[in-house]
Amino acid sequence: MFKLIPRENVSPVLSLLGPLFSVGLTMIVGGILFYFLGVDPFAAIKMIFWDPLMSETFSTYSIPQIFIKGAPLILIALGLSVGFKANVWNIGAEGQYIMGAIFGASFALSLYPLESIVIFPAMILIGVIGGCLWSMIPAFLKVKFQVNEILVSLMLVYVAEQILALASLGFLRNPDGAGFPGSRNLNQYTSASNAEIIAGTGIHLGVLLSLLLVIFFYVLLFRHSLGFKIKLLGNSPKASGFSGDNPNKLIFLCLTLSGSLAGLAGIMEVAGPAGQINIDFNVGYGFTAIIVAFLGRLNPIGIFFAGIVMALTYVGGELTQFMLNLPAAAIQVFQGMLLFFLLSFDLFVHYKIKLKGNK
Amino acid sequence: MNNKIENTLFQCRAINKEFGNVRANNDISINVRSSQIHALLGENGAGKSTLVKIIYGLLQPDSGSMTFLNEEYSPKSPKDARALGVGMVFQHFSLFEPLTAFENILVGLDKELGEKELHASVIMLSESYGLEVNLSSFIGDLSAGERQRVEIIRALIQKPKLLIMDEPTSVLTPFECESLFKTLKKLASEGTSILYISHKLKEIADLCDTASVLRKGAIVGEYDPKKMTPRELGEIMVGQSLFEPKRPVAANKSNKVLSVKINEVKPDTQFGVTLKNIDLAVYQSEILGIGGVAGNGQEELMQVLTGEKKDRNVSIKYMDNDIEMLNPRERREIGLAFAPEERLGHAAVGNLNLLENSLITDPKKRFQMKMGFIDFSELNEYTNEIIEKFNVKTTGVSALASSLSGGNLQKFVVGREIGQKPSLFIVNQPTWGVDALSAANIRQAIVDIANTGAAIILISQDLDEILEISNKVAFLTNGNLSIPTNTMDIKTDEIGAIMGGISD
Repeated sequence: MFKLIPRENVSPVLSLLGPLFSVGLTMIVGGILFYFLGVDPFAAIKMIFWDPLMSETFSTYSIPQIFIKGAPLILIALGLSVGFKANVWNIGAEGQYIMGAIFGASFALSLYPLESIVIFPAMILIGVIGGCLWSMIPAFLKVKFQVNEILVSLMLVYVAEQILALASLGFLRNPDGAGFPGSRNLNQYTSASNAEIIAGTGIHLGVLLSLLLVIFFYVLLFRHSLGFKIKLLGNSPKASGFSGDNPNKLIFLCLTLSGSLAGLAGIMEVAGPAGQINIDFNVGYGFTAIIVAFLGRLNPIGIFFAGIVMALTYVGGELTQFMLNLPAAAIQVFQGMLLFFLLSFDLFVHYKIKLKGNK
Repeated sequence: MNNKIENTLFQCRAINKEFGNVRANNDISINVRSSQIHALLGENGAGKSTLVKIIYGLLQPDSGSMTFLNEEYSPKSPKDARALGVGMVFQHFSLFEPLTAFENILVGLDKELGEKELHASVIMLSESYGLEVNLSSFIGDLSAGERQRVEIIRALIQKPKLLIMDEPTSVLTPFECESLFKTLKKLASEGTSILYISHKLKEIADLCDTASVLRKGAIVGEYDPKKMTPRELGEIMVGQSLFEPKRPVAANKSNKVLSVKINEVKPDTQFGVTLKNIDLAVYQSEILGIGGVAGNGQEELMQVLTGEKKDRNVSIKYMDNDIEMLNPRERREIGLAFAPEERLGHAAVGNLNLLENSLITDPKKRFQMKMGFIDFSELNEYTNEIIEKFNVKTTGVSALASSLSGGNLQKFVVGREIGQKPSLFIVNQPTWGVDALSAANIRQAIVDIANTGAAIILISQDLDEILEISNKVAFLTNGNLSIPTNTMDIKTDEIGAIMGGISD
């Protein structure tokens, strides 16, 4: 049988090549998948990775779209990466994203139709708090009762989805909406609208914030002592305790950051591109952001590029849907493959395989 | 010469063994004569264990030959070795804890033997060689010394002609060591040769007839330990001259730095040791040595002293401040420094580079600028300083801690702490697994900061180390600490009694 033996020296070149390699393999295997779905694989791959950026027909629409779709991915992945570095596994960002949107939107809609410049920043803040509170549940249970945060944060996604349905059909339902599910459109409420900042592109404040936060997190992780404490905890809880850090405080901090950023992404989305709270508000950014975090090697700069690549597969994937009739699920498989190949490649970067003898 | 060859019991010729690129054994030839205690002396990594594993059939040599009782000898497994008359007692015991001592001996047998018959021969062995063991006790309830005696009986029951002992005293109190030596001498006088592996020079001089010294996988030579001083032997072992650090001049009795009082502290896990009745004080320029066999509360005491474990039943006074509720960082900020026993994963982290490892303890916040940003130029400078001052062999500050050898990492950790110029330095096993020259350097560095006014608590299982540089010594037994005494006044037989828990 096979045996995995850890490599003594992990090549930094190989570990950087990982993401590129996995994108390449995803194209090949994805192409094969598309072929069996009866679509020209070359046209499909070109449409996903090339056309959104380069085609004259699509790029004026697609390029801003990449940033709009990339922004929540980058925001959420930044927060998650901090936790992942500390071995705190929040995989429920999807739920925190939903709760951020519901909290912020509920606040704004409760004031409707009052107009004030205070409403927008307050709504953002409350959205952030909403996401943060949702991540405090796994944090509290982990610190107090050693409950596994992976399970709790994941299960809370489904709770959040039920609350989202409740809000869409119940307490946030648009009273002027003829009984249809879904809240009032925040874009039609000036004080609460996350309006575009570059006319005609749809690029909103969240895109700008995602870029600024990339820099902020880079500095935090590589230049600030707090980033070091997080890294130390992730590498050795015992050394972290010896250093004098309180692991529980760091666990809370990591979940606060990831929950808050997911909440921020949620409120930015609901007040901007999505416009309203509805049953289908969440499209899986919270889960995809996990792929983005790892594809970006838990490095803020890497996460920026990974977020853009992943957004490309969303935008390009939509193109293939209406141009080539590829099913949406095929695109999700495509995205899943990225993480799968990345993790597989990592295994070979960190381990070598040895054939075991008969002994 | 003729006489020598006649008496040869075991011989190996030009044994070679490689692991990857490392030559663990390089052309090794030794001659073990009958009825002799033959020492195999060398530092960690010199190739002693590889050689005895080959002799015991656990490893096969790449080349070379062995003869035993004038016949070709090439055991394919320990079972072969035992059948031919070679026994071995390992450093780490291979006993089943839930079974009794007798059952352990029974299951270790290669041949079927009636229980009654076995019982009789076990009793006979234990009586004639002074190997006292309560046969019906469970292994889990026995001390390290008793467990070792079970292992020895288990090896002797097969009537070996050659008995290999791998660092047998590393887990024993001095009292237990003495009785072990008696047993071994008696065995030798009755015709069993013993291959005795150790790096403890004094016991080799006391016990052994011949010493083969190994260095870097090769034989340096064969010596008569009775005709040499331990220091001469040690210099042959490390291949360079050694100096002995001197204990700090004198303690300044008026300046008490730390006093610790512990009534009772329960361990966090069921395998831990309860600390009881600990009362110690350490003064400026004084080294307080805390000796004792491993697992008698050293780890637990260290955790209480660092602040990794806080407990209300502890009172720690540092220069008139109560510090028992402070965490490790807060303790460092007021002048304490610590170097725990476990290097990788506690004192240092393998996955982090040396710069980052310097950051783990930063009491004076000298690597921090305003608002907590890291001052990389200061960090670089400090880390380079440690590497240079303590002669840490590494490719540079960005090398991962895991790439350093154990000894070099230990030098780095001790250097990192001493470099912070602490007023009180608490260190556990500072020279464990460190080569002799580096060990002497580390001890000297500890003495040096004591001479400039620091107080030191030196926890160590190396009795020689403690007696060499401590001003006062106390011993941990089962979580109890004996009353500290002046090192100069203490006698070796008293130490044995204290460590064995005989006097209380």
